[in-house]
Formats: sequence, C-alpha cells, structure tokens
Amino acid sequence: MTTFLGMPALPAFGSGNLFAGESFPKAAHRELGNAQLRANLGHATHTIRDKRQAVVSELPDWEQLRDAGSAIKESVMARLPDLLEEFEKNFTARGGVIHWARDAREANEIVAGLVRETGETEVVKVKSMATQEIGLNEYLEEQGIQAFETDLAELIVQLDHDKPSHILVPAIHKNRTEIRDIFLREMPGADPALTNDPPVLAMAAREHLRRKFLTAKVAVSGANFALADSGTLAVVESEGNGRMCLTLPETLITVMGIEKLLPTWQDLEVFMQLLPRSSTGERMNPYTSLWTGVTEGDGPQNVHLVLLDNGRTAALADEMGRSALHCIRCSACMNVCPVYERTGGHAYGSTYPGPIGAILSPLLTGIQAEENNSLPYASSLCGACYDACPVKINIPDILVHLRSVDVDSKRGTRKVPSQMDVGMKAASWALSSGKHLGLLEKGLPLGRLAAGRDKKIKKLPGIAGGWTQSRDIPAPPAQSFRDWWAKEHKSAVPSQDNKETQQ
Amino acid sequence: MRIALFATCIVDAMYPATARATVRILERLGHEVVFPAGQACCGQMHVNSGYLKEAVPVVANHVAAFDTADYDVAVAPSGSCVASVKHQHPMVARSCGDTALEARATAVGAKTYELSELLVDVLGVTDAGAQLGSYFPHRVTYHPSCHGMRLLRLGDRQSRLLRTVQGIDLADLPEADQCCGFGGTFSMKNADVSSAMLKDKAANVEATGAELCTGGDASCLMHIGGGLSRQGSSTTTLHLAEILASTMEEPASVTGEVRVSTGKALR
Repeated sequence: MTTFLGMPALPAFGSGNLFAGESFPKAAHRELGNAQLRANLGHATHTIRDKRQAVVSELPDWEQLRDAGSAIKESVMARLPDLLEEFEKNFTARGGVIHWARDAREANEIVAGLVRETGETEVVKVKSMATQEIGLNEYLEEQGIQAFETDLAELIVQLDHDKPSHILVPAIHKNRTEIRDIFLREMPGADPALTNDPPVLAMAAREHLRRKFLTAKVAVSGANFALADSGTLAVVESEGNGRMCLTLPETLITVMGIEKLLPTWQDLEVFMQLLPRSSTGERMNPYTSLWTGVTEGDGPQNVHLVLLDNGRTAALADEMGRSALHCIRCSACMNVCPVYERTGGHAYGSTYPGPIGAILSPLLTGIQAEENNSLPYASSLCGACYDACPVKINIPDILVHLRSVDVDSKRGTRKVPSQMDVGMKAASWALSSGKHLGLLEKGLPLGRLAAGRDKKIKKLPGIAGGWTQSRDIPAPPAQSFRDWWAKEHKSAVPSQDNKETQQ
Repeated sequence: MRIALFATCIVDAMYPATARATVRILERLGHEVVFPAGQACCGQMHVNSGYLKEAVPVVANHVAAFDTADYDVAVAPSGSCVASVKHQHPMVARSCGDTALEARATAVGAKTYELSELLVDVLGVTDAGAQLGSYFPHRVTYHPSCHGMRLLRLGDRQSRLLRTVQGIDLADLPEADQCCGFGGTFSMKNADVSSAMLKDKAANVEATGAELCTGGDASCLMHIGGGLSRQGSSTTTLHLAEILASTMEEPASVTGEVRVSTGKALR
C-alpha cells in the first residue's frame, strides 16, 4: 500500500523492450561472428547511405532545414505540457478519445481494454516503434488477442518469431533467400514454388495481408507526428498498408510517445522534407496519412490515442540528454554508423538500436537499468551520426555525457576499484602536469626493452589487452620530444616549471 | 609570428619525430616556435571515457600552460586534440562550475589551430613543394581522421597540402571517411567491434598499393599502423607533418623504431 501525499512523483523511468539483456561488448562479440549478418548489413546500410547522400546533397537549403527541424523540436520540448493540453483539447473536440499512459504496462492495459470492448480478438497493425517499445504484441497475445503486422518487413520478422534489428528496415538482417524460407515455413497457404525474387515475395505477402485488411475491425498504429493546433495525427509509410489500416477498420487505436508533437500544421512542411530524404533516401514520402478525430461515415468511427510517457519525462529532465527526444525515427544515424554496420541492431538489446538507441535507451530507463550502461560506450565517437541527423541531435556529446553519468553513478559503490578507475586516476595525475609527464617519459627506454628485438609490443595485460588483441604497439622512442627540446634549447630557456625533469 | 607548439601527449612520448617535423616546417617559414614546458595532455581520454572529474586537473593544466600572452597562436599536429581544446575544455570547466577557467579555456581554444589549418588559413601555404620545399617520392594514401573532418571541418586542407608535395604519388583511399575504429578507450572496451573496423580500414589501405598511410592524427595512425603490423603487412603509417617536413636535402627521418624504414627509397 502506498499513501498519496499530494507530491508529484519524480519522473518515472520507462519499461518494456528498452533494455540490453547483456552487455554490448558481449552481444557484439556474438553478432560479429555471424558472417551472413555482416554481409547483409554491409550491403543494406551502404545502399541506403548512398541513396540518402544523393538526395540530401541536391538540396541547397539542407542545412537550414536541419536547423529549422532542430529549432522546432527544441521549442516543443520547452513547452511540452502546454502543447499536450492544446493537442488533447483539439483531438477531443473532433471526436477522438485521449488516454494517458505512464509506462509500458499502463499503455498495454489501455490498448487491450479498448480491443476487448469491441469484442474482437484480432487486430491489424501499422508499423510502430512505440508499440514495439512497450511489447504490445506479446501482451495482447497473453490476453488472447492476435496482432498482425502489415508492414512487409515487420511481417517477415513476426512470421520468423524474431525481433526487428533496425527501426525503419526491421528485417535488414535478412536476405531475400532467408525471407523466402520464412514465408514457406510460416505463411499459411504459401506457394511451394515461391522464388526469392523480391516482386514475387511482395505479391505473396500482399495476398496474405489483403485478407486481413478486409476483415479486420480494429487497427493499432503509431504516429510520426501530432499537430497541436488542429489535433491531427500523421503516419508516414511506404507500402500503403498503413493507409489500409488507418481507413478500413471501425476502431483505430494509436499509441504515440508524448514527444512526437509539432506546434502547427506549417511545421509539418519542414519534417516532410527532412524525414523521407533521411530515412529511405526518397525525395517525397509515398503514403502520408493524416486524420483529425472522427469523420462521420468515413473511416474509423472509434478513434483513440494513447499518449505514452515511458521514461520520456525523465529524459526531458536531463538537460544534456533531452535533445534525444527530437528524434523522428528516420534511422539515418544507424545507416551511417560503423558500429551498427558491423554488429546489427540486436546487439543493442533495446527496440532502439544504433547511435540513437545508445543514448535514448539509457535516457528512458536510467543508466543503471540492466546492462544499459554499456550502451553509451558502443561508439568510437566518429561523429558520422551527428552529421546525418536531420534534427541535429549531438549524439557524440550525449554519449560522452551519459558515460560520465555512468562513471559518477558508480563512484564509491565498488569495494575494489575497477582497472579503468585506477588507470584514469593515475593518468589524471600523470597528464595534469608537464613535470609529471616528463618524469614518466624517463621510463620510455623500459618500454623499448619490453618491445624486444622485433621492436613491437604484442601483448599487454588487463584491459589494455583489448588493444593488443589485434594491434601491435611500436617500441617507444629513446627520448621524448620534451627532452629533445630541452636539450636543444637549454640556453635559450630562462625558466621552466618542469626544470627538474629536463636534467 | 611566435607560435606555441602543443605537442600532444602521444606525440611527445611516442612520436617525437612528428613534433620535430612540425617545428621544422614552421621555422622554415620563418616563424619562431616556443614549447610551453608545463603542457601535458588535452584530457580527451578522460572526458570521452566519462571521467570528467579526473579530466578537470588535466584541462586546468593545459589552460595554465597556454594561457599566456607569450605567443600569437598555438598549433598541434592533431585534429582530435585541437577539437578537444576548442570544444571540450570549456564544457569540462562548466561541469565543475569554474567560470573563470571556462573563460580562459575558451580564449586558449580560440588561439589554437590544427597544423594544416594553421598552414593553409593563417600562414597562407598553398603549395608545399614551393613554399616548404616538401619532397617525398613515395606512393602514399591518406586517412582523414574523424575529428579533424567532422569537429574541425578541415575539409581538404590536409590532402591539398599533400598533393602539392613534390614527388609524391597520392593514392585515394577507398571509404576514406570511415572511422578506423580507434576511439580512445573504445578500442579496449569494445575491442571486437574496434578490431572489425580496423580490419576493413587496413584492407582499404593495402588495396591502394601505397607504401604508407598518412594522416593528421598520431593516435589514429598508431591504431592503423598497429593493425597493419600485426597482420604482417609491409605498409606502415607516417604523420603528414613528417611528409611536409621532408625535403630533398633532409628527407623524412626514419630513425627510431616507431617509424618504418623508408630510408632505402629515400637515398
């Protein structure tokens, strides 16, 4: 039993599919061993990367568009409570029903309850990150409700009882032959003569899905944008399956993160330029559906929206990290990321993989949740993600910020300090004075000795062994630059604060 | 011009020839080089590993060493360390609430240049062969390091300088803009992913048929060179300062075990 004291609760962290179940290095080690995965991913990410680059570089005002997108999102985050209330008022006035969900469990219960009210046991689904995040399909299944994914790639993943590995191309880790095999194995009534030709595979999926569209009474969707000034929701998709789900059923239930708001209709023009070029590398999005409440005699007559927090308020409270909420789920960052390209999305555990996942997951769940503290380290900080981000989320800076949150959260909690703690402390002493560093450099000849006859250091102990697993270290020089300089300029230098080290 | 050299800790301790080459280039242009003796490190390793508290004294030391009116501009043969001085130092000072240090760090950052940036933007070097006497008759490929490329926006400054070195045969590196996988402690914490990235970079370097791979950051070059060495490759790495400093009379010094011996071809 808890007693309500009238105090607002601290921002709650998120739950659901937001956790790395094992540390990133461990998961990455396993995924790196999968040669087929590496080949599929390398091919797919390079294709999308090139396509994006081509359509982005043809726009003379691309950088201004990014600035505009970033500024709009910043203003949304600065006045999110007001915009949410404005949206609620307008959405309700047009016949929609708003539900507020604190976390994954609440959102799942609300959706299941709404489906149950209709008496249906099947729903069709539009591809949605929010419902992946809360694990809706699994929850509905427990409640005796079957959810059918209608996006082709989501369908493939669902039929294979697998997890998406990319937010835009969920089956990016599969090649067409693997997809044919999944269809033959799992799709009821699949033609045994099915080939691995993409149009043939698409037609097979189309036939399978068409039956579902025409019979479903309830659809569940996510939303890419919500416009506060009119109470309008928007879904952006490529296959038309979304349009079917959003228009044919009687009941439409949308689950959307509270950060998806835009203040006005006009703001949409910026994002409809940024999103398709960044995500699929297209100039224009193929199917853009917008709906505002209920229209009598046209489309779903029961329209619901579940507004999901699930850690977003906690992320918003992090001054350095809050811009991660600007994300429009385009996936440009993962397509250019050299780490994602090699490990794939499953290594990140959470629904959100790649660079954005490495910051968003720990921001939503708190850094100490499960293995999420390993995610901010899953980057060489090369910065390719920041350059590609259409809303200019400074992912490298937020990664570094979260690393410091992780390190600080562990200060004083360990009985025995970690190797990294000890090393960093020692290095802080050595590198915070020219005198100290100069003193240490006197030991360079020892390193030469350790390097031996072939003048290479091939094995180091402890965490430094990570370096020597694939890299030699050259034998150090006999003399540091500092020493050389001091000898060269002895008479010319009147006073130096590291004098002793130069003798 | 009076130019303060920030050698960077890795060059100071492991690649002194790179710092000596930097001095030679600047002196050849008629400038005076000073070496603030209190300097040690930019502290980037601490910041990027999450040890902000431990980074504070390192940053404070750098600011103290370079916060003088004793020089016109500072230069470092590293894009990454300069980016840290410019972008991270004020942030570190802010994180510990030291506004005075933040202001001083910002001022030092504004006076600090990466080597190619200084040569091209400030000292007006457009032709290394003509203005510096640079001569390096070797097949070379060039890796533009991430922080120089994306944090300092060096663009083609480094490759433009290299192209004007006499005798050089500069081969384009496939997938040049891809990270080599170093990333500081990333190479140890995520050694498997880092190694996979390095393997692809090394393969691209070898595919060019170059004798060596050059670049503007000793740390990335140590990483790429360390990988090539482990794979038994004869290709090696050399900082671009040493290529620019190399002349017909005074060819790139290849003494010291840090360097590969290119002496045979040079003589």
